[in-house]
Amino acid sequence: MQKLIASITSRLVISVPYLWMLIFFFIPFIIVFKISLSQVTMAIPPYTPTIDIAAGWQGLINSVSQFNWDNYTFLASDPLYYKAYLSSVIIAGISTFLTLLVGYPIAYGMARAPATVRSTLLMLVILPFWTSFLIRVYAWIGILKPEGLLNQFLIWANVIHTPLNILNTNTAVLIGIVYSYLPFLVLPIYSTLEKMDYSLVEAAEDLGCPPITAFWKITFPLSLPGVVAGCFLVFIPAVGEFVIPDLLGGSETLMIGKTLWNEFSANRDWPLSSAVAVVLLALLVVPIVLFQRSEAKAQESEK
Amino acid sequence: MKSLGSFRRKFAPWNDPEAKPYISIENVTKKFGNFTAVDDLSLTIYNREFFALLGASGCGKSTLLRMLAGFEEPTSGRILLDGQDMRGIPPYKRPVNMMFQSYALFPHMTVEGNIAFGLKQDGMPANEIAARVAEMLKLVKLEQFAKRKPHQLSGGQRQRVALARCVAKRPKVLLLDEPLGALDKKLREETQFELMDLQMKLGLTFVVVTHDQEEAMTMADRIAVMDKGKVMQVATPAEVYEAPNSKFVADFIGNVNMFEGPVSTVVDGKVDIDIAADKITIRTDATRDCSSGQEVGFAIRPEKIRVSRKEPANSAINSAHGELYDIAYFGDMTVFHVRLESGRIIKAASLNAVRTVEDPLGYDDMVWVNFDTDAGILLTA
Repeated sequence: MQKLIASITSRLVISVPYLWMLIFFFIPFIIVFKISLSQVTMAIPPYTPTIDIAAGWQGLINSVSQFNWDNYTFLASDPLYYKAYLSSVIIAGISTFLTLLVGYPIAYGMARAPATVRSTLLMLVILPFWTSFLIRVYAWIGILKPEGLLNQFLIWANVIHTPLNILNTNTAVLIGIVYSYLPFLVLPIYSTLEKMDYSLVEAAEDLGCPPITAFWKITFPLSLPGVVAGCFLVFIPAVGEFVIPDLLGGSETLMIGKTLWNEFSANRDWPLSSAVAVVLLALLVVPIVLFQRSEAKAQESEK
Repeated sequence: MKSLGSFRRKFAPWNDPEAKPYISIENVTKKFGNFTAVDDLSLTIYNREFFALLGASGCGKSTLLRMLAGFEEPTSGRILLDGQDMRGIPPYKRPVNMMFQSYALFPHMTVEGNIAFGLKQDGMPANEIAARVAEMLKLVKLEQFAKRKPHQLSGGQRQRVALARCVAKRPKVLLLDEPLGALDKKLREETQFELMDLQMKLGLTFVVVTHDQEEAMTMADRIAVMDKGKVMQVATPAEVYEAPNSKFVADFIGNVNMFEGPVSTVVDGKVDIDIAADKITIRTDATRDCSSGQEVGFAIRPEKIRVSRKEPANSAINSAHGELYDIAYFGDMTVFHVRLESGRIIKAASLNAVRTVEDPLGYDDMVWVNFDTDAGILLTA
C-alpha cells in the first residue's frame, strides 16, 4: 500500500514539468500550427476557419476539411522567406562565433582568477541582467550612431576623421547579439573550466607541452561541453532574434524574427506568420536535439 | 662491530666521497608572500637512489618537489640536475617527470593515449611510440586496458597508468607526489613493492614525497625528515629509526618513550641521566658528547623495553615499577602501557613469538620495565 502511494506521489512529482510543457508549450504550438493551416480574412480573429465548438462534431469535421498547406507552399515559393531564414542562420552563426571569441577568454580568465575574486567577477557578468534588455539595446544606438559615443571617441583619438556608419547595418546587429548573449556563453564555459583539475595542465607541461600546446590539447577539449552548451544557448535564440535587428539593423538586415513580426503586425497575416514560426521551430529542432545529445553525453562522461 | 639493522642492497653512494651527486639542492628558499615554505634547504640525491621526503602536511616537501619539477622557482638558492642549473628552465624542458597525487590522467584520452602523450610531444616516430606504449602497458600489467578511458578503471589501475605515463619518457628523475596516498591499505602495501621493483628494473632516480613513514621506510634508500621547511635529518631508514639526531625526528618516526633530564655523571663511556620526576636513573652509552649537569633527552623505542613481573637484577638503573594499565593486542605483537607512580605511561612492545603463554600478563598487574644501556638514544638536540 505504502509502495503504491510512494509510486503515485513520485509520478505526480514527475508529471508537474510535463503538465507545464503540455499547457505552455504543446497546446500553444498546436494552436499556432492550426492557424498556419488557415486562410487570412478580414475578421476577428483574422483567419478562417475557426473551430466552432457549438457546431459539434460535424462543425469540427467541416473546419478541418478547410485546412490546407497553402501558407507553406507560399513560403517555399517566395525567395524572401528562404533568404530570411538563411540570413538569420548566417547572422546567428557569425555572432555565435564572435561571442565565443570574446567569451572564452573571459571565462578562462574568471576560472583562473584567485578564488576570492571569482564570485565578484561572476557577479559582473550577470550584472547587465539587472537592467531591461530593451534599454540595453537602445543604449547601443547611442553608442553606435554617427554622432554617437564610439565615433566621437575615435575622432577625438584621431583614428578616423569621418564618422563610421555602423548603426543600421549588419555589423551593429552582430555587436548587439554578441553583447546581449555574452553571459549565456561565458557562464557554461566558466563552469566547466572552473571544475577542471588544474593539475591536468601541469601534467601536460610536465610531459613536454609548452603552455599553449597544453591549452589546445587539454584545457580546450575538456571545456568543449561548456563551449557547445554556450554556443547553442547563443545560436538558438539569436536565429529568432527580433529586437536587436529591429533596433540596430537596417533595411539590408534580413532576419526571420523581423519578417515574422512584419507579417503578424503590419500585414495582419496570422496564418502566414504562424507558418513562418512553425518552420522556424522545425529548423531549430535540429540544433536543439544536437544540444540535448551533447548534454546527455557530457552527463554520461561525468559518471 | 655492531651496526644498525640494515637489510638493503649494497648501495650507499652517500658514504662515498668520490660519488657525484645527481641532484644538488643548494640553499634553496621558497617564500609565498610572508610564508616561508622551504627554508635555506640543502640536499644531495644520487643517481639511481630511491629518495623520500617525509614530513607532516605543510612542511614544504611538496613545494620542494614542485621546484624540482619546475612548477615553482626557488626564491633563492639553486637546484642542479646532473650538473646543470635548473633555474629558468620551464617544466616542459626538464628531464624529469612527475606523478601527481591526483594522478592527473587526461580524462578525454584512453590509457594508451595518456601513456603516448609525452612521447608524441617529443616527436617520437609513431612505430616507436606504439612499441614504447606496449612495453609500458606490459610493465604495469595493463595490456588489456589499453583502450579504456581513465574513468573506467579502478583506483589501483589509474595509479599504474599514471606511473606508466611518467616513466614512458625515460626521465632522468621521477618525482612522485604521495604516489600511494589514494589507495587502500592492502593495495598500498603491494604497490610499494611494485614501485621498488620498477625503480630497480628501470634504474631511475626516484624522489617520493610522503607523509606516511611506513611507506618511506619500506621503499626509500634514504629519507629526509622535514619540518617547517627545513631538513631535520637525512639518513637511511634504519638510521632514522635507530639513531635519530634530534628529539623531533625520534618523536616523528615510529613510537617512542621520551625522557628529559640532567646528566648526573659521565663515566667510562656511559652517561647517567637523572629523571627525578619518575625516580628513574637512565644509564646509556655516551653516543654524543655531553657533560655533567647538561639537560639531555633520551628516547627509547617500545620494542626495546622488557616487561616482567620479576624484579630485574640491577633495578637501580634503567628500570621502573608500575601498574599494567592498558594492553593493545595487534596479533603479531602486543603493546603494554605501564603506568608509573608518577603517572607517566611507558610503552613497551613485545613480539608474540609463541602462541600460548603460561600465566600471561593482565590488566592491573604490577610489573617491572627495564632496558639495556645500548637500547636507547641519547639526544642533545
